[in-house]
Amino acid sequence: MACKFISHEDTNQWLEALAKDHVVFIPVDDGGSVTFRPYGEGRKPVLDRMPVRSPKEAVFPQNETLLTYKYDKDPEDPERTSVRIKETLPKERAVVFGARPCGTRGMTVFDSVFVNDRIRDPYYATRRENTLYVTLACHEVESTCFCHEVGSGPADTAGSDVLLTPVQGGYTAEAVTERGEKMLEASFFADGGDKCAEAEAVKKATREMLGEAHDFSNAPEALLAVFDDDEFWDDQAAACLSCGACTYLCPTCYCFNITDESTGTTGKRLRSWDTCMSFQYTLEGSGHNPRTTKGKRLKNRVNHKFAYFPDTYDQHLACCGCGRCIKSCPASIDIRSIVKAAQARSAQKESK
Amino acid sequence: MKANPVLPDMATIMEVVEETSNIKTFRVRFDDENVMKNFTFEPGQVGQLSVFGIGESTFVINSSPTRMDYLQFSVMRVGEVTSRIHQLKAGDSVGVRAPLGNAFPTEEMKGQDVTFIGGGIGMAPLRTLLVYLLDNRDDYGKITLLYGARTPQDLSYQEDIAEWLGRDDIDVVLTVDNPDEEWGKNPHEKTGLIPNVLKEINPDNSGYAVTCGPPIMIKFTLMALNELGFKDDKIITTLEKRMKCGVGLCGRCNIGDKYVCVDGPVFKYSELQELPNEL
Repeated sequence: MACKFISHEDTNQWLEALAKDHVVFIPVDDGGSVTFRPYGEGRKPVLDRMPVRSPKEAVFPQNETLLTYKYDKDPEDPERTSVRIKETLPKERAVVFGARPCGTRGMTVFDSVFVNDRIRDPYYATRRENTLYVTLACHEVESTCFCHEVGSGPADTAGSDVLLTPVQGGYTAEAVTERGEKMLEASFFADGGDKCAEAEAVKKATREMLGEAHDFSNAPEALLAVFDDDEFWDDQAAACLSCGACTYLCPTCYCFNITDESTGTTGKRLRSWDTCMSFQYTLEGSGHNPRTTKGKRLKNRVNHKFAYFPDTYDQHLACCGCGRCIKSCPASIDIRSIVKAAQARSAQKESK
Repeated sequence: MKANPVLPDMATIMEVVEETSNIKTFRVRFDDENVMKNFTFEPGQVGQLSVFGIGESTFVINSSPTRMDYLQFSVMRVGEVTSRIHQLKAGDSVGVRAPLGNAFPTEEMKGQDVTFIGGGIGMAPLRTLLVYLLDNRDDYGKITLLYGARTPQDLSYQEDIAEWLGRDDIDVVLTVDNPDEEWGKNPHEKTGLIPNVLKEINPDNSGYAVTCGPPIMIKFTLMALNELGFKDDKIITTLEKRMKCGVGLCGRCNIGDKYVCVDGPVFKYSELQELPNEL
């Protein structure tokens, strides 16, 4: 990867230039939380903290319109109505600037699910094709960070088009994709020179800060071994409030609901983020619910990330190790500890 | 898979049949004749019916691909969407996304006996396969149907049943939990729980058994089939879960790493045993 350099000052110019024909999502301070908002209106990127919200919403918005519908009365017979529907595919081009590698890696989970040889979700695919990810490598770590334990790292390029690394006076920039290469042709970028070695040192130092990585490789077997252990799961979920913060903030959580919203004779069908931590999520019309307890719902979330998804899609964990679910959980539930406890419990069972 | 898997095709209801006090059958045709002409599906596959402004729900296509005059869906009134669907009349519009999911192994079943065991609305997915087998009668062995409901009035598909009773190439047994005064006068009318009547009939266990119904009925029917000596990979059932997208994206109908909407709804008992216990 060719390494280029952009100064802090030129970075602002670059954002300005990108914003001319893209919606540029940047991390901004929003009442104390760092969230992604479109560049402009005097908004300044906040790059010294990990964003609380994940960068998924640029491509997978919290809610989006799938189609619109309109009821028409039959002029011959007012008792009768017919319906017209219209597909509403997204068109805008976007850039996500300043997401961390873990958050951007989350998009690779979406890519596996929404665009594969079985299916192409046109809403997701269109947005993904029209969105560039300029990701910022980490130079600091938090106690909740565990990217290095899920096959990622603080300078992971998975899902990104460009990787920036903070160095003295600006950032080095490396293109990850062809689209990223095109972006770095802009006049704001100079040859990296000795900044490149500095960037490599930053990456190495940050990785070292994370320390040794716990081995999650037998997680699928361990989780399956404790599947019917209700006591284990009820215990792990005892403090859970079923608020869903873990799923909404997760860069890899993609579950959604589909609902209709009408105004008079017109309306739209929406796709909105949903949470598997909710009782209603699997509640059936008959009243039957396969996941009646918090323990069963937490089990599904953990299993999906560490067992089901890797089983279905090429062994990749559906967890990017960002730690958002840990940091934002009002009950301090820690997914790392749950999987580790499952590993310990299943080892214990085996030795009995 | 279609270019936009969540976009329904518009269809019109041709006819509504009132089956029971809470089940109606809807016969629909796509508005676009090309869509209708090119539509193909296999017995067991499902579709999503849309009432715009209320939502979508999943139902099995219970007509047979051998009869493509219309697609037929039977809907039990349970929640918001099904209540609204029950208000629809012939001539009304409805959105249809179909076919979705997998199908019964009709090829594999060729040359074999097939025993159908249906309970309540669970008769719907059996109907599509039963009609399909009858329309390809020479390809299959002995066909037996055991269909049960709470009361005689809760038995759907009366017209079909009358036709099947008149044929000599299918054995039909009906059973109810609560008979009325008329019930039991004919030899095919039994009283009692489905698994018990099934054991009484004692069908040849070398063939296939296909069952669908309420979870509790399926559970005891599987036990009875086991007892009768049916092989696990020749016992077939169809599952239901709450669904939204129907195409394996929205995440809610999973049992372990399988999605009922794409890996099902048809499962063999041998496959169910490999899934985690989360029905």
